[in-house]
Amino acid sequence: MTDDNDTRSQIPLGLAQRGYTGVIQHLSARDAASALPDIELESRLIELGFVEGARVEILHEGIVGRDPIAVRVDNITIAVRRREAMAIIVA
Amino acid sequence: MEAPLLHLALVGTPNSGKTSLFNALTGSRQKVANYPGVTVERKEGFFVTPLGRQVSVVDLPGTYSLRGRSPDEEITRDFVLGKASGESMPDLVLCVADSTNLRLTIRLLLELKRTGRPLILVLNMFDIASRRGITVDVEGLAKELGVPVVTSIAVRKGGTADLLRLTDEISAELDPEPQENKWRALSVSELRATQREADRIIADCVSLPSRPDTWTARIDAVVLHPVGGLLVLALILFVMFQAVFAWAQPLMELLNSGFDALGELVHDTLPAGLLQSFLQNGVISGVGSVIVFLPQIIIIFLFILLLEDFGYMARAAFLMDRIMGGAGLHGRAFIPLLSSFACAIPGIMATRVIDNKRDRLTTILIAPLMTCSARIPVYTLIISAFIPAKEVWGFINLQGLVMFGLYAMGIISALLVSFLIKFFMLRDYAPAPFMLELPDYKMPRLKSIAIGIFTRAKMFLQRAGTTIFSMMVLIWFLASFPQPPLGATEPAIDFSLAAIIGKAIEPLLAPVGFNWQIAVALIPGMAAREVAVAALGTVYAIEGGKEAAEQIGQVLATKWSLATALSMLAWYIFAPQCASTLAVIRRETGSWTWMAVTFTYMLVLAYAASFLTYNVAVALGAG
Ligand SMILES: Nc1nc2c(ncn2[C@@H]2O[C@H](COP(=O)(O)OP(=O)(O)OP(=O)(O)O)[C@@H](O)[C@H]2O)c(=O)[nH]1
Ligand SMILES: [Mg+2]
Repeated sequence: MTDDNDTRSQIPLGLAQRGYTGVIQHLSARDAASALPDIELESRLIELGFVEGARVEILHEGIVGRDPIAVRVDNITIAVRRREAMAIIVA
Repeated sequence: MEAPLLHLALVGTPNSGKTSLFNALTGSRQKVANYPGVTVERKEGFFVTPLGRQVSVVDLPGTYSLRGRSPDEEITRDFVLGKASGESMPDLVLCVADSTNLRLTIRLLLELKRTGRPLILVLNMFDIASRRGITVDVEGLAKELGVPVVTSIAVRKGGTADLLRLTDEISAELDPEPQENKWRALSVSELRATQREADRIIADCVSLPSRPDTWTARIDAVVLHPVGGLLVLALILFVMFQAVFAWAQPLMELLNSGFDALGELVHDTLPAGLLQSFLQNGVISGVGSVIVFLPQIIIIFLFILLLEDFGYMARAAFLMDRIMGGAGLHGRAFIPLLSSFACAIPGIMATRVIDNKRDRLTTILIAPLMTCSARIPVYTLIISAFIPAKEVWGFINLQGLVMFGLYAMGIISALLVSFLIKFFMLRDYAPAPFMLELPDYKMPRLKSIAIGIFTRAKMFLQRAGTTIFSMMVLIWFLASFPQPPLGATEPAIDFSLAAIIGKAIEPLLAPVGFNWQIAVALIPGMAAREVAVAALGTVYAIEGGKEAAEQIGQVLATKWSLATALSMLAWYIFAPQCASTLAVIRRETGSWTWMAVTFTYMLVLAYAASFLTYNVAVALGAG
């Protein structure tokens, strides 16, 4: 899925800095080195509201390796590790 | 004919207010707090609707879907799908939503519809939504969803009136023919489709102003700052442990003098003899010496309840996730471990929210190392008898500092044990994901804090009246019989069973500096840690005879060396003595083995730590 209006390149949310805001383009559980099977990871992310089109913003980072991150997804805040956030492709 | 009992179930995403609603409907006092995953059990309650219908309502753990990924979510799934043994499916499911955050609940509701159960969508926390300027087209929503919708404010008086009315209406016309259950685990594309559908419905029926909770954002800017946040966390813990010691002192002294006066009253009014000794030494010196610690227990619970209700717990888990990861612990383990400062039993239960089996097991194994409130009496008694109440650096109370040190030792040993478990037993460990909703802060509500404290205080006093009291009767009996032969010159207690038993065990405990009185106290102390204090109270009171009006602390200060006292403190950092904790470990792990492992490793650590402390202290001249 490409968004014509947005010229920003797509990146995994797991690489974004604090303060980053964007829109979820798609989920790609294969790209995350999570301990969970791909389908399970994708299901969990969707159940927490990480679906295509949702607005996300990185509000906070932890101290060790800037991990985990606190992400605003629409109007709730979810803490995830960067490892799992690699599955969320944003732009 | 009277209508049959109507069965309701409360289902919804975590932290949406299900338990608050349950409490409001049934008048119960189940635990409510502002973080996801508070309820981990199924609880049933009863009430009567305004039209007189008898209702049974079941409160369930929160969940985002019916997939059941962790033990708590499985409970909800099994109940809703009627898989729980001996349970029929609920007649009506109340799907409880946090109105400020409808996306996830509406998706869950679309999933719940497939079960064929009649549903009501309850838009709870409607007060907060209105305050934020969120408006919901309730009728439109009901039409779109094909499900009746009602608003509610679970924490306000009368806030459930509409829900009750609707329940009456619906229950009158419930279809007795159960609908077919078409639920099966949703595929990823179905999940996505339901979330899309939910988002579309919300776009149609809910207007969200761009007015987020600015308070939460402001507080989080400090509390979740990578460095500042950790400092705040350390400060909170430090103040909490200091307060346990410093703030409670005046009240405790009051209680102490109260019990002393009571003891003297008994001594003066009753004729000398067994009854006098039983009441004065067994009941008042024994049970009283534990009740004195009520103010401290209340303070620790006050802190934990405030943090829970405010919404800090999930933040602390966020801050600690990677740090605890270094020791092989999952971020979600933080909340169970912090609640274990109050008592390990709810802490161990709370591990049900951890979906990874190993993470959960590790957390269960180390939870009893957190300094629970039952250790407070032991620590306080010894600290106030042996550590001078000096101020250090002008503002920190030395006794409080030692207390903090003991708490810190508990935490450090827990981390070490967890690290060893990871290193030796669970080597192929892949870190399970950490995903946790951080709820908006809420002002702690005075009433719920008061209820929480009252419940805890009541439990503590009940324990004092039952477990501790019965152990005291036993100890008093052992320490009083057989009575000395006429004309004996040694203290009466030397002839008693207690002395015989204590002296038989003493050689085992001599290397750690424990005398026979401690040996005796540790036996009933198996039932609960604080019993040891009461047992020492009784044993020394009987031994002291007439002068027993002295407080147990003063007695210890003269009878024990500093090395023995320190050794006892070291023992209690690990002390495995708590029958109820061991029973819960057995139940939650489903295995006697893990219970035995916990007991053994704690016992070994306790002995080793005491041995080391005692010998170092003796070598330094504190013997
Ligand atoms: N202002 C307001 N606060 C509410 C309302 N209902 C619940 N709360 C608060 O929301 C928080 C969560 O409530 P709980 O009843 O514990 O939520 P739960 O759904 O049982 O949570 P889990 O057991 O974790 O799934 C608590 O801090 C409650 O005091 C409401 O209607 N209005
Ligand atoms: Mg609950």
